[in-house]
Amino acid sequence: MSYYNFLLEPISCHAWNKDRTQIAICPNNHEVHIYKKEGGDKWSKIHELKEHNGQVTGIDWAPESNRIVTCGTDRNAYVWTLKGNVWRPTLVILRINRAARCVKWSPKENKFAVGSGSRLISICYFEQENDWWVCKHIKKPIRSTVLSLDWHPNNVLLAAGSCDFKCRIFSAYIKEVEEKPSPTPWGSKMPFGELMFESSGTDGWVHSICFSGSGGRVAWVSHDSTVAVATGSKNTVISSLRSETLPLLGVTFITENSLVAAGHDCYPMLYVYDEGKGTITFGGKLDIPKQNAQRGMTARERFQNLDKKASSETEKATLESVHKNSISQISILEGDKSKCRKFCTTGMDGGMTIWDVKTLESSMKDLKII
Amino acid sequence: MSKNVSSDRFRKVDVDEYDENKFVDEEEGGENQQGPDEGECTGNVMGALQAVLKNPPMNTKNQALKDRAEGLVLKVLSSFKSGDIEKAVQSLDKNGVDLLMKYIYKGFEKPTENSSAVLLQWHEKALSAGGVGSIVRVLTARKTV
Repeated sequence: MSYYNFLLEPISCHAWNKDRTQIAICPNNHEVHIYKKEGGDKWSKIHELKEHNGQVTGIDWAPESNRIVTCGTDRNAYVWTLKGNVWRPTLVILRINRAARCVKWSPKENKFAVGSGSRLISICYFEQENDWWVCKHIKKPIRSTVLSLDWHPNNVLLAAGSCDFKCRIFSAYIKEVEEKPSPTPWGSKMPFGELMFESSGTDGWVHSICFSGSGGRVAWVSHDSTVAVATGSKNTVISSLRSETLPLLGVTFITENSLVAAGHDCYPMLYVYDEGKGTITFGGKLDIPKQNAQRGMTARERFQNLDKKASSETEKATLESVHKNSISQISILEGDKSKCRKFCTTGMDGGMTIWDVKTLESSMKDLKII
Repeated sequence: MSKNVSSDRFRKVDVDEYDENKFVDEEEGGENQQGPDEGECTGNVMGALQAVLKNPPMNTKNQALKDRAEGLVLKVLSSFKSGDIEKAVQSLDKNGVDLLMKYIYKGFEKPTENSSAVLLQWHEKALSAGGVGSIVRVLTARKTV
């Protein structure tokens, strides 16, 4: 895997362009910086997008139409289009009275969803006649901030994880921009705002949520250190795993059965879902620590340790993982959610790491990604 | 000097109670919760541990019931010999370890003569079995034991 440190501050959020040569990040302030990959391991900053008045909390880059949507704590969202060599913003009025927290383009890129602290989701689409982005709200029955969103491949269903401890799937069907969707395992009638699924049983804020490649499953991680997966059907069954680690902040499917999640423990981990048994098992830690040569301690060092720390152990107090602080976001770099070849993590240490699935599989014995 | 002559009772009003968007936990009927049965908690210590971790008074609002349950758990935990604690924790399943952690932290809240020492020994063993995740679940639980 390759690690690149962009800055000393946390990276609030990031998004990749279509061919993965450029990355847009928010360096923990009101701006968005776009970096371009130069040869080797070098990145150079090519654009600075300055329009927000508050911290940028979400960035999404639409691969086909090459538009960037950003949302921030200033209660606004902007859609940026590249004109010549400059990114030009268009304001989207979200009609919210609290900060926007996350934003995602839909698969067909004709609408995007914004989750906010106003306890609602804004679904925005472009109205040709008025040349203006219009938004519709999904309010009921969300009772707290919406922290994370993910679209179903059918462009209609939207999964939302929020601070009221629930994961929900809504229909975001906009009749002005699309046809009626065909039935899915989550239900067949999908008018706008319809609640197709609501989870129960987990006790923490839902930090991140992800549909599987086919859309038949949804996985989420919450603040009580649990990972849960639900498979859509007439009687949806929720499987969850109480992990022994600190809470996870990001999750993504890398095959239909395998999840990669990362969070406050600073390393990504693999989880495997077995639909037949309805279980999730911990597949392994995905960070390969460098093997440091074991050098013996001199008697003087041992005594100093005993004096300072009241222990004569030889363990170092540094973090062995690649990221030196919590990982806040995971994104798929190569492949897609049903067969991912590379994924990328960014964290609060200002660093970005690219992980190669094949390399991880071969270097860690007992690691099986099914 | 200005003098405050009008009433300042408004300062004692809890405005959050009147917020119409206030988050209220869903009510779940907890009236039938009994807490662990005292009779089952005698006899051999391993059996007592399993028995006292059954029927935790999670859903009820009855504070006396919760205190009684905590007292029982503390009694059983104190009756273990130090060497047996590890084996006892191994015999619990994941839910049991989480529940034990909840009772341990509840016990820390109201320390008595020897309770903290005993609880700290149990805490060390429960931590190696449940990891920091079990402590996170104590902190984030909406319904406490």
